[in-house]
Formats: sequence, structure tokens, C-alpha cells
Amino acid sequence: MTAVGDVLRRGLAEDLGVPNGLEELHVLAVDDSLVDRKVIEQLLKISSCKVTAVESGTRALQYLGLDGEKSTAALNDLKINLIMTDYSMPGMSGYELLKKIKGSSAFREVPVVIMSSENILARINRCLEEGAEEFILKPVKLSDVKRLKDFIMRGEGEEKGKRRAPKRKLRDDVFTCDELTLESPTKFSAKRSTSLV
Amino acid sequence: MDVLSHLHRQIADFTASLHREGFLDEQFTQLQKLRDESTPDFVNEVVSLFFEDCEKLVTNMARALESQTVDFKQVDSSVHQLKGSSSSIGATKIKNICIAFRTYCEAKNREGCVRCLQEVDHERVLLKNKLQTLFRLEQQFVTAGGSIPALQ
Repeated sequence: MTAVGDVLRRGLAEDLGVPNGLEELHVLAVDDSLVDRKVIEQLLKISSCKVTAVESGTRALQYLGLDGEKSTAALNDLKINLIMTDYSMPGMSGYELLKKIKGSSAFREVPVVIMSSENILARINRCLEEGAEEFILKPVKLSDVKRLKDFIMRGEGEEKGKRRAPKRKLRDDVFTCDELTLESPTKFSAKRSTSLV
Repeated sequence: MDVLSHLHRQIADFTASLHREGFLDEQFTQLQKLRDESTPDFVNEVVSLFFEDCEKLVTNMARALESQTVDFKQVDSSVHQLKGSSSSIGATKIKNICIAFRTYCEAKNREGCVRCLQEVDHERVLLKNKLQTLFRLEQQFVTAGGSIPALQ
């Protein structure tokens, strides 16, 4: 981690991968259903996102370079803004994929959204507890993608703000670190009226 | 009424009837909205993928249900897949049959499963014909100079 002083000197234009939302968001979509992959691809393309769609958790890990194989040169430049994965997949489930992503240093900050056709509270809780950003009931709609995109774009801006907010020592002034930190949405409760605590 | 307006009207009426009769739901409308000038065939393509998938699953399930000892878990897995994809394209009738189908799988009720499979296949054929009619009308519309956005 760079020192706060370095960050402040470079200013807000620092390139941390997505320069202030001018680039397209890159979304990795994981779903074993060909029909669903085609639909999610179109949803994302219409929303001006770059999409990489893969058919399994294993493929997703390969793509991300988390499968233990030697990482390719391309991986050093790989910027993923969002991962959307189906929950029920043969082999590795979306939940297992989520755990692997959150357990990696390279991609643990990337928001992961779980999609499922089944509205099972225990499943939703499990995913959110493991760090999923949101749990979306299928079929995924354009409004879901728009909402996610807004969140990511805001999050990218706010995250930068958060990292740059200088943490003042308590004795110096009235502000605590918490008050300086910008509010950003944390874990969303599952959509469509499944109520969570 | 000129050709374009006539076709436009036909398409609207026909689509409305498909919704009214329960063949299609809101999700199909959603998919139609995802078309743009560069991807006018998007819905046709997804629908084709669906029917290919559907036919394959039906064949697999028929075979599984003919076995001496039926592997209901396998049948259920296929139904789950079909339920998912039919939901994704807005094929309501097929999706609803799948819901009932799953309970028969859970109950290991072969007869019930076979009945559901027959219903699924029947609806598959009906829907395929209906959608082919729709796509034909849309093609005529485009050939006559109409544009896809006008159909959204």
C-alpha cells in the first residue's frame, strides 16, 4: 500500500485501473446455461459493458488466473469491475466460486453478484455472509443490470475517495476516521422482498 | 393502411394474443427491448438456443423415464435446467409445467413425470410454431422497410 502522502501528491486522477469511469466496465459472467449466458451478455452489452462470459466456475478461475496455473502476461492488466455468477452450476457452485474469489488477494475487492432462480433465504444469507454484493433472482432484468452498473460506477468513485481520505489522528481534530469515510452501500439485501435483517 | 402499418398492427396483435393466451410473459418483452440496430436477431437467436436446449433435454428425460430404475435426480436436474431457460425467455406455459414436473420428480412418481414430459413437449411444439409465425411477420416487416426499434 502506498503511503497516504504519496496518494495525495498524485491527486485524484491516479489510475487505479478505471480512470474515473471513462472506460467501459468489464464484467465476468459465469453461467452453465447457454441461454442465460446469451441473455446476460446482451443485457450487459446494451448497458455498455464489456462482457466475458464463461460456462463454469473452473473456467472463471482459469480466466482470473486463480487456478494455480502460471499466470499469463495478460493477467497483469486484467481489470474486472464486476463478477456475476449463477448459483447452481454443476461442479463448482457459484457459492464456491464466490469463496475462492473473496479468498484471493487479487480479486477480493471485486463485487460478486449471485444469480439464482430459487428464492431460498438460507442460500441468500450464506452468499451475503461470504461477501456477495447482491443476490439477484432470475430472470435478470435490464433494471438489475442498470442498478448494478450505477452501484459499481459510484463505488469506483467512492472507493477512491475512501482510500484517499486522510486518516487524521484523533487528538488533532474533531473528526474520526469513520466520519471521514464516505458512505457507500455495503451488502444489499436480496431483491424482491425477501426480507433480511 | 399501408403495408408497413398493416404489418406493424399484425405483429402487435399477434404478440398481444401470445401474452393473453399465456404462451409468453413479461420476460419475452424484456428480451425484445434488448434488440438494437446492430443486434436485430437477438431474440430469434436466443429462442433458437432455447428450442435446441429444450429438445435435447426432452430426449434425455424421455430416455431416463424409460429405464427400469428411473434416476429421478437426473430427471429433476434436467427439469431444473428447462425451468431456468424457459423462464429466461419468458416461455410461461413450459416454465409452469416444469414447476409441477419437479414435484413429481421429488415424489419419484414416474407416471406423473411422463405426463408432464408429454405436456412439455406439446407446449414446445405449439410455442415453436407461434414464434416462427411471429418471426416471419417481423421479417416481412423489415423487408418492407420497417426497422426493429419501431417494433419495441
